[in-house]
Amino acid sequence: MSWLIDPFADFAFMQRALLGCLAISLGATPVGVFLLLRRMSLTGDAMAHAILPGAAVGYLVAGLNLGAMTIGGVAAGLVVAVLTGAVARFTALREDASLAAFYLISLALGVLLVSLKGSNVDLMHVLFGTVLALDDAALTLLCAIATVTLVALALVYRPLVLECADPRFLRSVSRWSGPVHFLFLGLVVLNLVAGFQALGTLMAVGIMILPAAAARFWATSIGGMLAVAACVAAISSVAGLLASYHAGLPSGPAIILAAGTLYLLSLVFGPSGSLAARFWPRAHLEA
Amino acid sequence: MALRVRDLTLGYDRHPAVHHLDLELAEGSLTAIVGPNGAGKSTFLKGVMGELPPLEGKIERGAARVAYLPQLSEVDRSFPLSVKAFVAMGLWHRTGAFGGLSRADLSRVGEALAAVGLTGFERRPISALSGGQVQRVMFARLLLQDADLILLDEPFTALDAKTAADLLAVVQRWHGEGRTVLAVLHDIEAVRRHFPETLLLAREKVAHGATDTVLTAENLFRARQMSEAFDDDANVCARPAEQPAKRGAA
Repeated sequence: MSWLIDPFADFAFMQRALLGCLAISLGATPVGVFLLLRRMSLTGDAMAHAILPGAAVGYLVAGLNLGAMTIGGVAAGLVVAVLTGAVARFTALREDASLAAFYLISLALGVLLVSLKGSNVDLMHVLFGTVLALDDAALTLLCAIATVTLVALALVYRPLVLECADPRFLRSVSRWSGPVHFLFLGLVVLNLVAGFQALGTLMAVGIMILPAAAARFWATSIGGMLAVAACVAAISSVAGLLASYHAGLPSGPAIILAAGTLYLLSLVFGPSGSLAARFWPRAHLEA
Repeated sequence: MALRVRDLTLGYDRHPAVHHLDLELAEGSLTAIVGPNGAGKSTFLKGVMGELPPLEGKIERGAARVAYLPQLSEVDRSFPLSVKAFVAMGLWHRTGAFGGLSRADLSRVGEALAAVGLTGFERRPISALSGGQVQRVMFARLLLQDADLILLDEPFTALDAKTAADLLAVVQRWHGEGRTVLAVLHDIEAVRRHFPETLLLAREKVAHGATDTVLTAENLFRARQMSEAFDDDANVCARPAEQPAKRGAA
């Protein structure tokens, strides 16, 4: 058992990495579950790219500075989210096309800005994160974002579920439809910024979507999916960090690959809607 | 007055789908909207719900609470919700966004499910329901909405006779409770039997009043004559809007 406990017991950087990853597991996975249920799984990916120019501007202004890059990333993400939502609601363009347009503009801007200054090493930092080098400020930020996310989701749970399941009904009984949509996109942006501190812009989406996708094969209720997804993310975090420690692998991809492995196992063996249920059906019932 | 519509024009891309409609619905009336496809029936209900802003004219809703069953609902039936949780959404006016469901609320949900013949379906996921069962669930939610004005867009289309009869009984119960019901229907015989009033619509109002006087052979013929397609080269409508002076004097 020592290989399981010792790395976390002996090294502060592993404890910090674990805490950071658990905070992301709690905050990002419920957001991922709702993205999945709203058929917006790829929205997270697009948003992650949209955040890049903001982080790059922060980086140009203040170097590898947590505060500046966070504020820049959140600002860029929110601008893209609001423009996307506004175009989808007020013009003939649908949300997916509108998001694609804005995130591509944003991504091009980000690449341009990063290459203006910045060496390749810095770019690797932004793309792949620094989970083994989280300082106090970064940890505080990750925990704060997880807390804000969980409280916000608990508060708007009913309108959010309704906006996902029957948006037209929500519009007929209240004015929540618009606000809850934008609030949710705000949470997506916040959690991607949190994730990109630890895992990088490209990997941050993984911890959001993969556990949610895995959970779909285990649970048939929203509550069940939220719980399973958080557990999958937490197990992936521990497994990825251990693999990274023992085998000398980069930690971000190791964590995401652990989540990917759990996803593939769920896809094959999960009890609900999996390949096993499709190809090895159990005997049918009487009624 | 549950609903008053004055000189209402609704449309898409400036083409009118409902053209200069005047209508008054008395409180507690049970009215069918009848007309050919493309006559503006669904558009009219959307307009009443505020989903589509009028191109011209006014809609005044006297009713405090309005419930609406669209023809093409946007319900995501793959969403992991139980029948009970779905139907309980109808209690939004009691719970709001944040309030919890009381024990009394839960028994209301049970009563609504019983009223549409779905007792025992509480825990069933909505993804496991048949088309007819989904419509029963939608009616259970409408029941809980406790609305004064209820708009139904083709509520009985594609249902078997038993389901249609059960849900028609719910509509008649609403009528008995003094609620105003406005329903788009295609089954003329059912309208004659069960709906005291009818609005015959074919982009413009053909007739409105007691069902016997509206659904005459002549009126139905006129409704069929009105063209369905928009004219791409149509001129701007020159029909004068209601005079401001006249409105001031009234």
